[in-house]
Amino acid sequence: MTVLEIRDVSKRFPGVLALDQVSLSVEAGEVHALVGENGAGKSTLIKVLTGVYQADSGEIRYQGEPVAFGRPLDAQLAGISTIYQEVNLVPLMSVARNLFLGREPRNRLGLIDVRRMNREATATLRRFGITLDVARSLRSIGLGAQQMVALARAVAIDAKVLIMDEPTSSLEPREVATLFQVVRDLSAQGIAIIYVSHRLDELYALCQNVTVLRDGRVVHSGPLEGLGRLPLISHMLGRDLAEVRREGLTSFSDTHGTVDSEPLLQAEGLTKRHLLHDISFAVRPGEVTGLGGLLGSGRSETAKAVIGALPLDGGSVTIGGKRLRHLSPKVAIRHGMAMLPEDRKAEGIIPDLSVRENIVLAAMPRLARAGVVTRGQQDRIVDTFMKRLRIKASSPEQRVSELSGGNQQKVLLARWLCLNPRLLLLDEPTRGIDVGAKAEVQSLIDELARDGLAVVLISSDLEELVEGADRVVVLRAGTVVGELTGDDVSEQSIMKALATGDSK
Amino acid sequence: MTVDSATVQRRVVPARLVQDYGVYAAVAVLLLFNAAFTDNFMQLDNLRTQLVQVAPVVIVALGMALVIGTEGVDLSVGSVMALAAAVIPLYLGFGFWPAVLMALLAGAAAGLLNGSLVAFVGLQPIVATLALLVAGRGLALVVAGGQLKQIHNAELLGLGDDDVAGVPYLVLIAAVLAIIVGFVVHRTTYGRQLVAIGGNRSAAQLAGLPVKRVLIITYVVSGVLAALAGVLATARLTASDPSAIGNLFELSAITAVVVGGTPLSGGRVRVLGTVAGALLMQLLRATMIKHNLSDSTAQMTQAVIIIVAVYLARERRTR
Repeated sequence: MTVLEIRDVSKRFPGVLALDQVSLSVEAGEVHALVGENGAGKSTLIKVLTGVYQADSGEIRYQGEPVAFGRPLDAQLAGISTIYQEVNLVPLMSVARNLFLGREPRNRLGLIDVRRMNREATATLRRFGITLDVARSLRSIGLGAQQMVALARAVAIDAKVLIMDEPTSSLEPREVATLFQVVRDLSAQGIAIIYVSHRLDELYALCQNVTVLRDGRVVHSGPLEGLGRLPLISHMLGRDLAEVRREGLTSFSDTHGTVDSEPLLQAEGLTKRHLLHDISFAVRPGEVTGLGGLLGSGRSETAKAVIGALPLDGGSVTIGGKRLRHLSPKVAIRHGMAMLPEDRKAEGIIPDLSVRENIVLAAMPRLARAGVVTRGQQDRIVDTFMKRLRIKASSPEQRVSELSGGNQQKVLLARWLCLNPRLLLLDEPTRGIDVGAKAEVQSLIDELARDGLAVVLISSDLEELVEGADRVVVLRAGTVVGELTGDDVSEQSIMKALATGDSK
Repeated sequence: MTVDSATVQRRVVPARLVQDYGVYAAVAVLLLFNAAFTDNFMQLDNLRTQLVQVAPVVIVALGMALVIGTEGVDLSVGSVMALAAAVIPLYLGFGFWPAVLMALLAGAAAGLLNGSLVAFVGLQPIVATLALLVAGRGLALVVAGGQLKQIHNAELLGLGDDDVAGVPYLVLIAAVLAIIVGFVVHRTTYGRQLVAIGGNRSAAQLAGLPVKRVLIITYVVSGVLAALAGVLATARLTASDPSAIGNLFELSAITAVVVGGTPLSGGRVRVLGTVAGALLMQLLRATMIKHNLSDSTAQMTQAVIIIVAVYLARERRTR
């Protein structure tokens, strides 16, 4: 029996078609995988389903009836529950209170019947395989147990459809196993589950069907059994397996030569709980080293770890033969490293400052005399880089937040290039910028590498990675699963490494 | 989902203008109003009195503007004023300068504590400085032995009373400090880093800026300026009175900063606006008193102005 059916739902935001005629249906007792890379439209779809957004067109049928939830509470009352990545319960309240929040059992005086609540909470949780003191505050129990409380709560409010958004991203393996058991039990009870995850192992372990979203459209939908990992990945990334490698579509030249020189950067055994497991790789001057992997594979975290923006549990970073102690962005920059962060808005630009000040931000101390900013040299540098990178702004004094995404990205590149770095880490340098700027940024990367800079390139765009990188380190779930060099660098080989984890 | 940011820029231009220049316009309107309808308002004596009264607020507010620029707040300034006032009589025996120096040092120490709590311990500024708001005045009373002490040192009294070519010392000091702070904010590495840190902390961190150092310096500057205001207030009062000096000054200072157009969300410091904000509140109150309106009416009017200022500042952060 089909519990939930989405038909041709579209949702438009200013400038973007976030969902384009998306259809999806879930049967009772089915576990349905929903996958796609960043910006594919998964979150938007979930938000439309749960009443956070209203669809522009299309229809949602729930238990055979057309529905349109005006707000999240309506969806919840109707029986569609969502469990988000981060548990969204009340940390300071007791486990039992969280479980019964909003529907606490009352005694004759209308007060909360704590004893009955605790008794029922204990019984409920036992069915989920957890025994704990339900009077304890939620935050005092492990994340896995919290996740379970969230699940128990979702089910207790009589859910017919359960949406789980990356529920395992912060769980230990043991907790994941318990969670899986609960998911299977729920599905056996006839609850339909939409399961969002980037971990292929989980999808194959739990789900019967899969829907792949890309750029707001459904690009594949069908049973998971019989669908290989490779085809699944190629659907997610949008690369046709049979597609021949088309030369020259990106603005990268072929290779940069000097592949056998001494490594400039050596990262060894980078380890961070839940995120990175013993990651090692080397980067040579004049070479573009790509970091490949699906969303959540630890690419950005690796880059951040290298420049000291992510405190590590273990591992070392060596640059130019010098092992860095007390790694921090300041130290990394002093040793000639620079990183273009993935999230331009949150970690890159200072919106209220001018283009000029954003460019010289990191170089300012070097351009000042006795702590007083001197404009002459600063203006020359800003002028040089605005011309070289073709930054389009009405003047250097224009506020950077008024520029387009591509120009903001160029401003950030200029910020790092004016420091004359030896190593440049670029996290998704061309995401969200227009085609023209993209080509410009790509040929700039190329030029920089040819001039002897060591470049680390992170990109979800396989084509960009293959054409741009001389060597690709493939990551999966925070582990290096392959390293490709020279002619071995191809879209197929990367996807193969992602799927099977051995291409060495 | 990336939306081209150029298409999202739909700022209402008048609101921006009001926010940027509204406070100056309001000061001008008040002055014009008084010139026309208030007897004796535009006379030199009265204007001088207004300026002398507002000078300590301006000095404290300058430090507050820096702190707010880092997306913080310093609630302890009033208590630090009291602390400085309490320290002065202890060292006046050694002379005027040693006493002032010790008072300023006390302010610096308070700022260092605030800054360390914020930068190293990671406390929220409002909580970190609240501790000293409560403890500082208590400490001041202990230091002073719970007593009001008359000041007889001629140099210190002169600081509160004398003038240079008709400009009272207090006003002169406030004006010079405003110019210095303006220069620091706009022309020094420290100032630009401060604004960058307030505008986007994680970006500043990734760009290798000395975030902790800048935060600590900023709270120290705020503490020293508050202590200086405490010294000046003592001179005006001709007595060290730690239970009264600096009372509720933190609120006057925050008001001046906010009304002057500095957003509480940081990333921007408006020095001249802060001076004008302090002036506006002072003139407003004086105007109402001269027209025989009660003090409570004045307070309510000030409240309305604060809400308007905060509402206008809100516009800037809807990105």
